[in-house]
Amino acid sequence: MTTYVIKGVRPYGEDAVDLVITDGVITELAPVGTGKGEVIDADGLIALPGFVDLHTHLREPGREDAETIESGSQAAALGGYTCVHAMANTDPVADTAGVVEQVWRIGREVGLVDVRPVGAVTVNLDGTHLAEIGAMANSAAKVTVFSDDGKCVHDALLMRRSLEYVKAFGGVVAQHAQEPRLTENAQMNESALSGKLGMVGWPAVAEEAIIARDVLLAEHVDSRLHACHVSTAGSVEVIRWAKSRGINVTAEVTPHHLILTEDLVETYNPVYKVNPPLRTQKDVLALRQALADGTIDALATDHAPHPHEHKDCEWGAAAMGMLGLQTAFSVVMETMVEPGLLDWRGVAERMSVQPARIGGVESQGQPIKVGSIANIVVIDPKATWTVVPEALASKSSNTPYAERTFPGTVVHTFYAGRPTVIGGVLA
Amino acid sequence: MRHLLSAGDLDRDKALLILDTAAEMAALSDRSVKKLPTLRGRTVVNLFFEDSTRTRISFELAAKRLSADVINFAAKGSSVSKGESLKDTALTLEAMGADAVVIRHWDSGAPYRLAHADWIGGSVVNAGDGTHEHPTQALLDAYTMRRHLRDGKGALEGVRVGIVGDILHSRVARSNVLLLQTLGAQVTLVAPPTLLPIGIDTWPCEVSYDIESVLPNVDAVMMLRVQQERMQAAYFPTAREYSRLYGLNGDRMRLLPEHAIVLHPGPMNRGMEISAEVADSDRAVMVEQVANGVSVRMAVLYLLLGGAKE
Amino acid sequence: MGSARAHDLRTVLSGDDIARASRRIAHEIVEKAKGASDLVLLGIPTRGVTLAHRIGRAISEIEGIDVPVGALDITLYRDDLRLRPTRALEETSIPDVGIDGKIVVLVDDVLFSGRTIRAALDALNDVGRPAAVRLAVLVDRGHRELPIRPDYVGKNIPTSPAEKVRVRLSEIDDSDSVEISAGEDE
Repeated sequence: MTTYVIKGVRPYGEDAVDLVITDGVITELAPVGTGKGEVIDADGLIALPGFVDLHTHLREPGREDAETIESGSQAAALGGYTCVHAMANTDPVADTAGVVEQVWRIGREVGLVDVRPVGAVTVNLDGTHLAEIGAMANSAAKVTVFSDDGKCVHDALLMRRSLEYVKAFGGVVAQHAQEPRLTENAQMNESALSGKLGMVGWPAVAEEAIIARDVLLAEHVDSRLHACHVSTAGSVEVIRWAKSRGINVTAEVTPHHLILTEDLVETYNPVYKVNPPLRTQKDVLALRQALADGTIDALATDHAPHPHEHKDCEWGAAAMGMLGLQTAFSVVMETMVEPGLLDWRGVAERMSVQPARIGGVESQGQPIKVGSIANIVVIDPKATWTVVPEALASKSSNTPYAERTFPGTVVHTFYAGRPTVIGGVLA
Repeated sequence: MRHLLSAGDLDRDKALLILDTAAEMAALSDRSVKKLPTLRGRTVVNLFFEDSTRTRISFELAAKRLSADVINFAAKGSSVSKGESLKDTALTLEAMGADAVVIRHWDSGAPYRLAHADWIGGSVVNAGDGTHEHPTQALLDAYTMRRHLRDGKGALEGVRVGIVGDILHSRVARSNVLLLQTLGAQVTLVAPPTLLPIGIDTWPCEVSYDIESVLPNVDAVMMLRVQQERMQAAYFPTAREYSRLYGLNGDRMRLLPEHAIVLHPGPMNRGMEISAEVADSDRAVMVEQVANGVSVRMAVLYLLLGGAKE
Repeated sequence: MGSARAHDLRTVLSGDDIARASRRIAHEIVEKAKGASDLVLLGIPTRGVTLAHRIGRAISEIEGIDVPVGALDITLYRDDLRLRPTRALEETSIPDVGIDGKIVVLVDDVLFSGRTIRAALDALNDVGRPAAVRLAVLVDRGHRELPIRPDYVGKNIPTSPAEKVRVRLSEIDDSDSVEISAGEDE
């Protein structure tokens, strides 16, 4: 039994303590210099509950050339995460108890973060037949989040049924809101810019219309809905309205939709190709505001690794998605903390407490106090770093932030009381 | 000038330089010996991912008249259709010593990508990319308008141009709007609202849904090809209705001022966007557009390849 | 040495000198061609064209008939295209009578390496087949790099290769003169 002392750390940016962890649990918040055990220096650094990602593509099984559960777990730990939800659009699709248990088991063997499989809503993400949601919920993986992410459950009747069906297991349907007919072959946000660039547009209404339909369905059948990667100001308004009406809806926003805008598409560099697409500055500002006021409950990375050849090509041939795990905190720091939209407790809420609650992960998102499970991230808000794509832990390098310098670094991460990252490197 | 990717990259001086150079090239093309030694030892690759016989042979003839070696690389039936990427094709062409790549691609932005991704060192000429741009078509259209309406000299100040048809999917329209604006012309786009892109109000031109109100007030009208398959996607109900509302027939042609000309980038759908009477009339300059296309492309190739590498 | 650049500029031909040289060349052309009926003058842009027109007018005054005068741009035939940025083209205008069977007199302002004339001969070859091609220049400054010699010369001016010869003609430059300057910084 090892006892760790995170010395001089400031929980939530408040008064400095020696944070003592014994046997995976926070056992003491002692005056600085009094904690006994293996000392990890954290003078002046900030401790927050370990981050929880509701939306991670680990690519295993099927595309181990892009990412594996191991490499994705490493990226997550380095990004300050102690839990990730592994999306179901693998090959084979995570639509059976067998696949989700495999992902869950490998995640445990790697042991760097809590890997929580997301189950598919429909068989093979085909949008027509419900997957065996009960079997996945009752498996060793205890799946609670179901999503066809990458595809929209566009059939209204099927969406209704899935919202109803998951109630029996305390689950939630995480909808990738994208009306398929309005987005056939879509390449970027539909706007004056898409007209100029001659690209097929992905209109905001294709997201907003599905979210509007789904919140009404959730209300009608009295179920829970989670809106994945909300990207438009209009979606924010729909969700705000739904919440004011008492509808049980939660929502997430990605880091890239908080910081990047569609004009990057003018470079035709597919590293900026993502789904939903980068939107306008007006949308970015609305999303930041929504994340600040709680209309959007959680930050979720939509970490989407792709092999080099799927990005080193022409725009139309390129895959959609970007890396996010290792840059998420810095983006939040730059877009939310520095402008004063979120304080440290707010960051903890959006990056840990709420995603853990939405995902139903009781061991995660616990407050920093004696008795809590020691999932902790220690960050240095004063440090800066420059993104080097090849230096990221992910097997892929499709980050949109190459050469960009960000504020805020993840210094230490503790997962269930064990250090996974010490001094910015894997422990 | 290293590449020609967008008509928007051309300022007024550059555009006029190309048109003036094209005029000299056209004069040389009237001679018994049409070949010039200018690009001897240079290699021009026509990299065509889409079939377009007319654009390809126009570039081919232009390059050959300047004595460049020409390689035609049609993606169909080549390694590209077996899954080779644009990047690997580009690296192959680079290894073969291509000084310029003339690219036609179905994907908007592919020429830009080819020019900026560090795959090749040569010049890139956009010969039409997706629904984005087709700058040499706009140049040959401007050249043709200048010949008929401005005595072959200067810019196009005050020239009024109507562009009618599928603006949404038209690379010809995009390039023309940009170039004509640069040259001082006034453009009015005419199309059903379904065939106009979102954000059209930000373009430097007027928009109308009514062809008959526009025709009396233009010096040139450009009819765009409308593809039958657009009907399936509900852009318009039937070919007949499209033709009735937006086609240029003899009666409508007579609404044009006496001096006005009719352009079409080809290939034409006779009976759809343009009637046979119009296509065969004296006002139609389609055949001349083809000839001018060679001169304009000679000018572009000369200006890109005729000097030291930048 | 370079401190007094203005002093390095010396005039070698005045406006009157240029006028006399042009008239003399016109006489020599007519004399050698035994009349003016088969003559076509082609100037090499820019100042060669101006000179060709002047010589053409002089011949008309002497012979009483109009001599066809045109312009022959040789840019597309140059052998040094790859050594410099792309050049804009100048006008080429071949008189309507053409050049087949004619005595073509190429007119240029300065003869130096001879490469321009080599290019002009190539260009002529693509236009037609003259009976003879002759060369008239206002200034021959020497330093030939090709076996080319002028038939009519306004003035032979020995120069060093580094010097610059500047021809000014009133149609273009407001006054007539030929000046030489030290060209170290060129």
